[in-house]
Amino acid sequence: MEKYERHQFDVIVIGAGGAGLRAAIESSALGAKTALVCKSLLGKAHTVMAEGGIAAALAHVDPQDNWQTHFRDTMKGGQFLNHWRMAQLHAQEAPDRVRELEQWGAVFDRTKDGRILQRAFGGHTWKRLAHVGDRTGLEMIRTLQDRGVHQGIDVFMECTVVGLLKDGDRVSGALAYWRETGRFVVFRAKAVVLATGGYGKAWKVTSNSWEYTGDGHALAYEAGAELIDMEFFQFHPTGMIWPPGVMGILITEAVRGEGGVLTNSNGERFMWKYLPENKRKEFAETPEEAQTWVEMVVAGKQTDARRPPELSTRDNVARAIYTEVKEGRGTPHGGVWLDISFQDAERVKKKLPSMYHQFKDLADVDITKQPMEVGPTAHYAMGGIRVDADSGAATVPGLFAAGECSGGMHGANRLGGNSLSDLVVFGRRAGMGAAEFAKQNGQWPAVDEIEIQNHVHRTIAPFERSGENPYTVHSALQDVMGKYVGIFRSENDLQEGLRELLSVRERIKNTHVEGSVMFNPGWHLARDLENLQVCAEATCQSATLRKESRGAHSRTDFPKEDPQLAKVNMCVKKSADGMTVSATPCPMMPEELRKLLQ
Amino acid sequence: MTGDCTFKVFRGDQSGGELREYKVPVETGMVVLDAIHWIQAHAAPDLACRWNCKAARCGSCSAEINGRPKLMCKTRLDDFAQGEPITVRPMKAFPVMKDLVTDVKSNFAMAKKIPVFTPQAGAEWKWYQQDIDRVQEFRKCIQCFLCQDVCHVLREHNMHEVFAGPAFFVQTAALEMHPIDAVDRTPLLRQALGIGFCNITKCCTEVCPEDIHITDNAIIPLKERVVDRYYDPLLRLWRKIRGR
Repeated sequence: MEKYERHQFDVIVIGAGGAGLRAAIESSALGAKTALVCKSLLGKAHTVMAEGGIAAALAHVDPQDNWQTHFRDTMKGGQFLNHWRMAQLHAQEAPDRVRELEQWGAVFDRTKDGRILQRAFGGHTWKRLAHVGDRTGLEMIRTLQDRGVHQGIDVFMECTVVGLLKDGDRVSGALAYWRETGRFVVFRAKAVVLATGGYGKAWKVTSNSWEYTGDGHALAYEAGAELIDMEFFQFHPTGMIWPPGVMGILITEAVRGEGGVLTNSNGERFMWKYLPENKRKEFAETPEEAQTWVEMVVAGKQTDARRPPELSTRDNVARAIYTEVKEGRGTPHGGVWLDISFQDAERVKKKLPSMYHQFKDLADVDITKQPMEVGPTAHYAMGGIRVDADSGAATVPGLFAAGECSGGMHGANRLGGNSLSDLVVFGRRAGMGAAEFAKQNGQWPAVDEIEIQNHVHRTIAPFERSGENPYTVHSALQDVMGKYVGIFRSENDLQEGLRELLSVRERIKNTHVEGSVMFNPGWHLARDLENLQVCAEATCQSATLRKESRGAHSRTDFPKEDPQLAKVNMCVKKSADGMTVSATPCPMMPEELRKLLQ
Repeated sequence: MTGDCTFKVFRGDQSGGELREYKVPVETGMVVLDAIHWIQAHAAPDLACRWNCKAARCGSCSAEINGRPKLMCKTRLDDFAQGEPITVRPMKAFPVMKDLVTDVKSNFAMAKKIPVFTPQAGAEWKWYQQDIDRVQEFRKCIQCFLCQDVCHVLREHNMHEVFAGPAFFVQTAALEMHPIDAVDRTPLLRQALGIGFCNITKCCTEVCPEDIHITDNAIIPLKERVVDRYYDPLLRLWRKIRGR
């Protein structure tokens, strides 16, 4: 009898959030036999947690908007490290992808004249985020899920991929196990798309779920692909901080987009202090002007008033909150206040229903009457697999990536709302790229039985060796990252962090699990930790090499930007001696796009 | 609530199982899912449960807590009396896989039977907020399947094959009430989805963590459509005369 369950597909997509679903839909629509493999049940991926909206220059609310402005905002937000071609395609194609979602059944909030409504967000010049209250991600994933299922994609739910298989240089499939039974599954495929999301589980205070262990990053790295921009990890400025159990859960930026105000324990509206000098004129000068802007937004009217300072980019707001708390102006539980209670209660409940319930149910706070206590939470990986902008192709033949696990689109800092649009723009492109590659390379590549054996042995090893509980080791890794590789970094901290990470690596190699292979979360974690370790090390090493502050990467010992470093991406690659990190030149932006940035 | 709390958690699989006791230290604001995570990290790393968002947004961590179908991430320990043991069992309407994890495949199979959104040809993509308020209520569904769990047609009578259950009436209602959807799902509701089996006990509405008015806003209007189509005596006569 065959030892393992085996399948053959033209394309397999790993990960079933927005990017994976969109990739699978495209690949399948182009005639490729497509499988979607995911760790959770379908429809539970992290996209479901996206709240505020999807950024696209539809110009429904602010008619001045266009793709050029969206492109410029994205590049400015990313401190010009973004791959220009990705930022361009993203800005140009996002409106079509949003309309497509509507044509597939998504039901967005409406403008008074019956079109898709858009709201303001940090770093976006115009009101640009199409949304459904504060549950835009749910709407998107459900729409894509229904579309994909009815299109006949084969879905392998609760199936975890533990290794990519290769035939020579080329990717030829993947090895996975069913979480329910622990049995292994061999996928032979002409092309593989990674859409596995980020690695926020490397930090203790995070908005991310158990799935976010950098699987795609690590699978690609192990298969020889390049990772870029790994030093840039976004800390969302507003996570819940009290009570302890909810620490890190996301509070949407839409609270600030709808007029929410940040104050410290002295009642000071501190964000004005932290606006970068060169951007100060983009923001309201007085609380009165900010208030006018809010009132006009609520009324759905145009205004000359400028936006409130709370709508600065996420990296900046997160640093501001961190600094306020560190300098002793924090709230009782070590955060700051975010207040929307001055607005009409019914409107708050209508526009922010999930936030209302989240605080009422989990923290006994009525946000229509009281302020929220908030603090930064690890949220989003800007860094990821280096891809070709147009096709999503990684640097290994047959391998593609899209969404959070890919790198380049967001540069040094992602703007809110640009993630959901990224998922559908580049999910579609990676699906196209993979289907095309499968067609061009029609021969079935070979799967290497020895390679399969190696992955199997490595995966079941925690049952066979003695050692630590994986939960203990995970906690240790999170402590290291929180202590040394957080919002602010320095040479000493990063060196110490790296030393400690190397010792955590040894502990991961010696985790031990009890029980059977049937739905065993401890065992699942033991393998996922290896992926997390790759991402943590890559982040720490890239951060050490970037001796400047830019976007989400803030060095206390190098507080300024270094113009020379604006020209390079840090690139992580596996070599015979282990992980190597080096500066590689950013792609050259064509002149006509460069002009848009001036 | 402070000190320790005793949890009795179902441990087992298809072949059977038992409630096992764990003592968990309680923190302010703690929810049942936190306690399960504590047990995994300290006492039983192989305790199986599903979870993702931890914020009542993904609908993964459904279970029966002291006999009530609930999301573990939304159920606070201070809702229980001090010293009272808390029992956590898997959803009863679905076969157990292991511990708190159940086999919910039947739901995904049912979802596939409902024709996807299909816009009217040449429709104008313009509608107003008041046209979609109701649809958006249904679209809030997080597919936690608690309504399925509590529905006696599924829970007691195990009619998963012939009865869609509340979650899928909500899904169908969202499609049927979409301003420009073109598909007629009324015959399907009557036959493959078996809406007639529902006798409006409203248990589903009571357990919905998203506060969707499942019975009043989704099931009853859909039942009315079926009744109007198939059981209106005047219409039946008219159809007989017209021969269709």
